[in-house]
Amino acid sequence: MDLRVNGKVRAGREGLTVTGLLEDLQIHPQRVAVQLNGAILKREQFPEVVLKDGDTVEIITFMAGGMGEGGAA
Amino acid sequence: MMSQDLLRLGGREFRSRLIVGTGKYADHGTMQRAHEASGAEIVTVAVRRVNLDRTQDSLLNYIDEARFLLLPNTAGCYTAEDAIRYARLGREVGLSNWVKLEVIGDDKTLFPDTEGLVAATRVLVKEGFVVLPYTNDDVVVAKKLEDAGAAAVMPLGAPIGSGLGIRNPYNIRLILEAVRIPVIVDAGVGTASDAAIAMELGCDGVLMNTAIAGAKDPVLMATAMRHAVEAGRLAYLAGRIPKKLYATASSPLEGMIG
Repeated sequence: MDLRVNGKVRAGREGLTVTGLLEDLQIHPQRVAVQLNGAILKREQFPEVVLKDGDTVEIITFMAGGMGEGGAA
Repeated sequence: MMSQDLLRLGGREFRSRLIVGTGKYADHGTMQRAHEASGAEIVTVAVRRVNLDRTQDSLLNYIDEARFLLLPNTAGCYTAEDAIRYARLGREVGLSNWVKLEVIGDDKTLFPDTEGLVAATRVLVKEGFVVLPYTNDDVVVAKKLEDAGAAAVMPLGAPIGSGLGIRNPYNIRLILEAVRIPVIVDAGVGTASDAAIAMELGCDGVLMNTAIAGAKDPVLMATAMRHAVEAGRLAYLAGRIPKKLYATASSPLEGMIG
Protein backbone atom coordinates (compact mmCIF):
# COMPACT_ATOMS: atom_id res chain seq x y z
CA MET A 1 0.00 0.00 0.00
CA ASP A 2 1.02 3.58 -0.54
CA LEU A 3 1.10 6.20 2.20
CA ARG A 4 1.82 9.87 1.96
CA VAL A 5 4.17 10.71 4.83
CA ASN A 6 5.17 14.35 5.34
CA GLY A 7 4.35 15.07 1.73
CA LYS A 8 6.24 12.12 0.22
CA VAL A 9 4.84 8.83 -1.08
CA ARG A 10 6.12 5.83 0.85
CA ALA A 11 5.31 2.14 0.59
CA GLY A 12 3.93 0.50 3.72
CA ARG A 13 3.24 -3.14 4.56
CA GLU A 14 -0.27 -4.37 5.36
CA GLY A 15 -1.15 -4.05 9.03
CA LEU A 16 1.40 -1.31 9.67
CA THR A 17 0.53 0.72 12.78
CA VAL A 18 1.56 4.30 13.50
CA THR A 19 4.07 2.96 16.02
CA GLY A 20 5.40 0.61 13.32
CA LEU A 21 5.78 3.47 10.86
CA LEU A 22 7.68 5.57 13.42
CA GLU A 23 9.96 2.58 14.13
CA ASP A 24 10.61 2.11 10.38
CA LEU A 25 11.53 5.79 10.16
CA GLN A 26 13.65 5.55 13.34
CA ILE A 27 11.65 8.33 14.97
CA HIS A 28 11.26 8.29 18.73
CA PRO A 29 7.55 8.66 19.53
CA GLN A 30 8.24 10.74 22.62
CA ARG A 31 8.70 14.05 20.85
CA VAL A 32 6.34 13.91 17.90
CA ALA A 33 2.71 14.50 17.13
CA VAL A 34 0.97 12.54 14.39
CA GLN A 35 -1.85 13.78 12.24
CA LEU A 36 -3.67 11.13 10.20
CA ASN A 37 -5.87 12.34 7.35
CA GLY A 38 -6.24 15.69 9.09
CA ALA A 39 -7.05 14.34 12.57
CA ILE A 40 -4.53 14.63 15.41
CA LEU A 41 -3.88 11.30 17.15
CA LYS A 42 -3.22 10.91 20.86
CA ARG A 43 0.09 9.28 21.68
CA GLU A 44 -1.66 6.27 23.26
CA GLN A 45 -3.38 5.62 19.92
CA PHE A 46 -0.08 5.11 18.05
CA PRO A 47 0.16 1.33 18.70
CA GLU A 48 -3.51 0.73 17.87
CA VAL A 49 -4.11 2.71 14.71
CA VAL A 50 -3.54 0.60 11.58
CA LEU A 51 -2.67 2.55 8.44
CA LYS A 52 -4.58 2.05 5.19
CA ASP A 53 -3.70 2.54 1.55
CA GLY A 54 -3.88 6.22 0.62
CA ASP A 55 -3.54 7.52 4.17
CA THR A 56 -1.93 10.91 4.61
CA VAL A 57 0.34 11.05 7.64
CA GLU A 58 2.01 14.14 9.05
CA ILE A 59 4.73 13.61 11.65
CA ILE A 60 5.34 16.83 13.53
CA THR A 61 7.98 17.96 16.00
CA PHE A 62 9.60 21.12 17.40
CA MET A 63 12.03 22.91 15.12
CA ALA A 64 14.07 26.07 15.45
CA GLY A 65 11.93 29.17 15.18
CA GLY A 66 11.23 32.29 17.14
CA MET A 67 8.38 34.08 15.49
CA GLY A 68 6.87 34.93 12.19
CA GLU A 69 8.73 32.45 10.05
CA GLY A 70 6.73 30.93 7.24
CA GLY A 71 6.89 27.40 5.93
CA ALA A 72 3.88 25.98 7.73
CA ALA A 73 3.40 22.30 6.98
CA MET B 1 15.17 42.00 46.03
CA MET B 2 15.28 40.56 42.52
CA SER B 3 15.01 37.10 44.03
CA GLN B 4 11.44 37.90 45.08
CA ASP B 5 10.51 39.81 41.98
CA LEU B 6 9.13 36.91 40.00
CA LEU B 7 7.30 36.88 36.70
CA ARG B 8 3.95 35.21 37.31
CA LEU B 9 2.68 33.75 34.08
CA GLY B 10 0.16 31.03 33.35
CA GLY B 11 0.11 29.84 36.96
CA ARG B 12 3.90 29.49 37.10
CA GLU B 13 6.71 31.68 38.41
CA PHE B 14 9.89 32.63 36.58
CA ARG B 15 13.00 34.43 37.79
CA SER B 16 13.86 35.65 34.31
CA ARG B 17 11.71 38.14 32.44
CA LEU B 18 13.45 37.45 29.14
CA ILE B 19 11.95 34.92 26.71
CA VAL B 20 14.11 33.86 23.76
CA GLY B 21 13.64 32.09 20.45
CA THR B 22 15.47 29.26 18.72
CA GLY B 23 15.39 30.54 15.13
CA LYS B 24 18.08 31.97 12.88
CA TYR B 25 21.16 30.78 14.76
CA ALA B 26 24.19 29.75 12.72
CA ASP B 27 24.18 26.41 14.56
CA HIS B 28 22.55 24.70 17.52
CA GLY B 29 25.71 25.00 19.66
CA THR B 30 25.69 28.79 19.40
CA MET B 31 21.99 28.80 20.23
CA GLN B 32 22.60 26.69 23.32
CA ARG B 33 25.35 29.02 24.58
CA ALA B 34 23.18 32.08 23.87
CA HIS B 35 20.26 30.55 25.78
CA GLU B 36 22.59 29.91 28.69
CA ALA B 37 23.93 33.47 28.63
CA SER B 38 20.45 35.01 28.39
CA GLY B 39 19.33 33.50 31.68
CA ALA B 40 15.96 32.85 30.06
CA GLU B 41 13.72 30.09 31.37
CA ILE B 42 11.29 29.99 28.46
CA VAL B 43 12.29 29.32 24.83
CA THR B 44 10.00 29.42 21.83
CA VAL B 45 9.98 26.67 19.20
CA ALA B 46 8.21 26.21 15.89
CA VAL B 47 5.87 23.29 15.17
CA ARG B 48 6.99 21.65 11.92
CA ARG B 49 7.24 18.39 9.99
CA VAL B 50 9.95 15.98 11.10
CA ASN B 51 12.75 16.03 8.56
CA LEU B 52 12.66 12.47 7.22
CA ASP B 53 16.02 12.60 5.45
CA ARG B 54 17.78 13.12 8.77
CA THR B 55 20.37 15.60 7.61
CA GLN B 56 19.59 17.85 10.57
CA ASP B 57 20.46 17.28 14.18
CA SER B 58 17.37 17.50 16.39
CA LEU B 59 16.87 20.88 18.05
CA LEU B 60 15.67 19.17 21.21
CA ASN B 61 19.13 17.71 21.83
CA TYR B 62 20.27 21.27 22.52
CA ILE B 63 17.58 22.38 24.97
CA ASP B 64 17.65 21.09 28.53
CA GLU B 65 13.98 20.70 29.31
CA ALA B 66 14.68 20.57 33.03
CA ARG B 67 15.81 24.21 32.76
CA PHE B 68 13.76 25.63 29.92
CA LEU B 69 10.04 25.61 29.34
CA LEU B 70 9.41 24.90 25.66
CA LEU B 71 6.88 27.33 24.27
CA PRO B 72 5.54 26.16 20.90
CA ASN B 73 4.48 28.94 18.58
CA THR B 74 2.06 29.04 15.69
CA ALA B 75 4.44 31.02 13.48
CA GLY B 76 3.57 30.87 9.81
CA CYS B 77 -0.18 30.50 10.44
CA TYR B 78 -2.40 32.95 8.59
CA THR B 79 -5.82 31.85 9.83
CA ALA B 80 -7.32 31.17 13.25
CA GLU B 81 -8.11 27.63 12.08
CA ASP B 82 -4.47 26.90 11.18
CA ALA B 83 -3.17 28.46 14.38
CA ILE B 84 -5.56 26.32 16.45
CA ARG B 85 -4.40 23.17 14.62
CA TYR B 86 -0.74 24.03 15.20
CA ALA B 87 -1.41 24.75 18.86
CA ARG B 88 -3.05 21.33 19.25
CA LEU B 89 -0.14 19.64 17.42
CA GLY B 90 2.33 21.51 19.63
CA ARG B 91 0.52 20.26 22.72
CA GLU B 92 0.81 16.66 21.51
CA VAL B 93 4.53 17.07 20.79
CA GLY B 94 5.44 18.84 24.00
CA LEU B 95 2.78 17.53 26.37
CA SER B 96 2.33 21.05 27.67
CA ASN B 97 -0.66 23.31 27.16
CA TRP B 98 1.30 26.52 26.61
CA VAL B 99 1.20 28.24 23.24
CA LYS B 100 2.62 31.43 21.80
CA LEU B 101 -0.25 32.26 19.52
CA GLU B 102 0.46 33.98 16.23
CA VAL B 103 -2.10 34.61 13.53
CA ILE B 104 -0.28 36.55 10.85
CA GLY B 105 -2.27 38.95 8.69
CA ASP B 106 0.28 40.10 6.15
CA ASP B 107 3.52 38.53 4.95
CA LYS B 108 5.40 41.78 4.39
CA THR B 109 4.92 43.31 7.82
CA LEU B 110 4.07 40.10 9.70
CA PHE B 111 1.52 42.17 11.58
CA PRO B 112 -1.08 40.08 13.37
CA ASP B 113 -4.58 39.42 12.10
CA THR B 114 -6.14 40.55 15.36
CA GLU B 115 -9.61 39.35 14.45
CA GLY B 116 -8.33 35.81 13.92
CA LEU B 117 -6.12 36.13 16.99
CA VAL B 118 -8.99 36.93 19.34
CA ALA B 119 -11.11 34.13 17.83
CA ALA B 120 -8.29 31.57 18.16
CA THR B 121 -7.55 32.70 21.73
CA ARG B 122 -11.17 32.13 22.70
CA VAL B 123 -11.18 28.56 21.29
CA LEU B 124 -7.81 27.57 22.77
CA VAL B 125 -8.57 28.97 26.24
CA LYS B 126 -11.74 26.82 26.28
CA GLU B 127 -9.53 23.82 25.46
CA GLY B 128 -7.36 24.55 28.49
CA PHE B 129 -4.42 26.22 26.78
CA VAL B 130 -2.26 28.90 28.39
CA VAL B 131 -2.46 31.34 25.50
CA LEU B 132 0.23 33.99 24.97
CA PRO B 133 -0.88 35.98 21.92
CA TYR B 134 1.43 38.05 19.74
CA THR B 135 -0.57 41.19 19.02
CA ASN B 136 -0.14 44.75 17.85
CA ASP B 137 0.20 47.68 20.24
CA ASP B 138 -3.54 48.32 20.29
CA VAL B 139 -5.21 48.72 23.67
CA VAL B 140 -8.64 47.71 22.37
CA VAL B 141 -7.32 44.40 21.03
CA ALA B 142 -5.36 43.87 24.26
CA LYS B 143 -8.57 44.17 26.27
CA LYS B 144 -10.36 41.78 23.93
CA LEU B 145 -7.56 39.25 24.39
CA GLU B 146 -7.78 39.63 28.16
CA ASP B 147 -11.54 39.11 28.00
CA ALA B 148 -10.98 36.02 25.83
CA GLY B 149 -8.87 34.52 28.62
CA ALA B 150 -5.31 35.10 27.38
CA ALA B 151 -2.62 34.51 30.04
CA ALA B 152 -0.73 37.61 28.85
CA VAL B 153 -0.75 40.06 25.99
CA MET B 154 2.35 40.33 23.86
CA PRO B 155 2.30 43.55 21.85
CA LEU B 156 4.96 44.15 19.23
CA GLY B 157 7.39 47.02 19.75
CA ALA B 158 8.01 47.12 16.00
CA PRO B 159 7.69 44.56 13.15
CA ILE B 160 9.19 41.11 13.75
CA GLY B 161 12.92 41.06 12.99
CA SER B 162 13.01 44.80 12.23
CA GLY B 163 15.14 45.82 15.20
CA LEU B 164 13.39 49.20 15.24
CA GLY B 165 12.82 49.14 19.00
CA ILE B 166 9.77 50.33 20.91
CA ARG B 167 8.18 52.56 18.26
CA ASN B 168 5.21 53.65 20.28
CA PRO B 169 5.93 53.60 24.01
CA TYR B 170 2.71 55.52 24.69
CA ASN B 171 0.60 52.73 23.20
CA ILE B 172 2.47 50.19 25.33
CA ARG B 173 1.72 52.36 28.38
CA LEU B 174 -1.96 52.47 27.48
CA ILE B 175 -2.00 48.67 27.34
CA LEU B 176 -0.20 48.45 30.69
CA GLU B 177 -2.87 50.64 32.25
CA ALA B 178 -5.78 48.82 30.65
CA VAL B 179 -5.13 45.14 31.38
CA ARG B 180 -4.46 43.18 34.53
CA ILE B 181 -2.67 40.27 32.84
CA PRO B 182 1.10 40.43 32.18
CA VAL B 183 2.28 42.53 29.23
CA ILE B 184 5.29 41.14 27.37
CA VAL B 185 6.82 43.03 24.47
CA ASP B 186 7.16 40.57 21.61
CA ALA B 187 9.12 41.59 18.53
CA GLY B 188 10.95 44.70 17.39
CA VAL B 189 13.80 44.78 19.90
CA GLY B 190 17.14 45.48 18.19
CA THR B 191 19.58 46.11 20.98
CA ALA B 192 19.90 46.24 24.75
CA SER B 193 18.45 49.74 25.24
CA ASP B 194 15.23 48.67 23.49
CA ALA B 195 14.75 45.87 26.00
CA ALA B 196 15.54 48.24 28.87
CA ILE B 197 12.97 50.76 27.59
CA ALA B 198 10.28 48.06 27.46
CA MET B 199 11.00 47.12 31.04
CA GLU B 200 11.25 50.74 32.24
CA LEU B 201 7.75 51.29 30.87
CA GLY B 202 6.58 48.63 33.29
CA CYS B 203 6.27 45.66 30.98
CA ASP B 204 6.43 42.27 32.68
CA GLY B 205 8.85 40.77 30.19
CA VAL B 206 10.39 40.87 26.74
CA LEU B 207 10.44 38.19 24.05
CA MET B 208 13.08 38.29 21.34
CA ASN B 209 14.80 36.11 18.80
CA THR B 210 16.48 37.94 15.91
CA ALA B 211 18.10 40.61 18.12
CA ILE B 212 20.17 37.87 19.74
CA ALA B 213 20.45 35.26 16.98
CA GLY B 214 21.27 37.84 14.31
CA ALA B 215 23.90 39.75 16.31
CA LYS B 216 27.55 39.35 15.27
CA ASP B 217 28.18 37.69 18.62
CA PRO B 218 24.88 36.12 19.74
CA VAL B 219 26.25 34.89 23.07
CA LEU B 220 27.52 38.35 24.00
CA MET B 221 24.24 39.96 22.90
CA ALA B 222 22.30 37.43 24.99
CA THR B 223 24.35 38.54 27.99
CA ALA B 224 23.62 42.19 27.16
CA MET B 225 19.89 41.45 26.91
CA ARG B 226 19.87 39.69 30.26
CA HIS B 227 21.45 42.75 31.89
CA ALA B 228 19.17 45.15 29.96
CA VAL B 229 15.99 43.38 31.06
CA GLU B 230 17.19 43.27 34.66
CA ALA B 231 18.35 46.92 34.62
CA GLY B 232 15.10 48.11 33.05
CA ARG B 233 13.07 46.18 35.58
CA LEU B 234 15.06 47.55 38.52
CA ALA B 235 14.75 51.10 37.20
CA TYR B 236 10.99 50.63 36.86
CA LEU B 237 10.72 49.36 40.43
CA ALA B 238 13.02 52.09 41.72
CA GLY B 239 10.86 54.83 40.17
CA ARG B 240 12.64 57.27 37.90
CA ILE B 241 12.89 61.01 38.54
CA PRO B 242 10.52 63.27 36.63
CA LYS B 243 11.85 64.89 33.46
CA LYS B 244 12.42 68.64 33.79
CA LEU B 245 13.54 71.30 31.35
CA TYR B 246 16.06 73.09 33.60
CA ALA B 247 18.93 71.99 35.78
CA THR B 248 18.57 71.19 39.45
CA ALA B 249 21.87 71.25 41.36
CA SER B 250 22.72 68.01 43.08
CA SER B 251 25.40 69.56 45.31
CA PRO B 252 24.49 71.96 48.14
CA LEU B 253 25.32 75.63 47.66
CA GLU B 254 25.89 75.94 51.40
CA GLY B 255 29.52 75.75 52.49
CA MET B 256 30.99 77.12 49.31
CA ILE B 257 34.08 79.29 49.66
CA GLY B 258 32.96 82.89 49.83
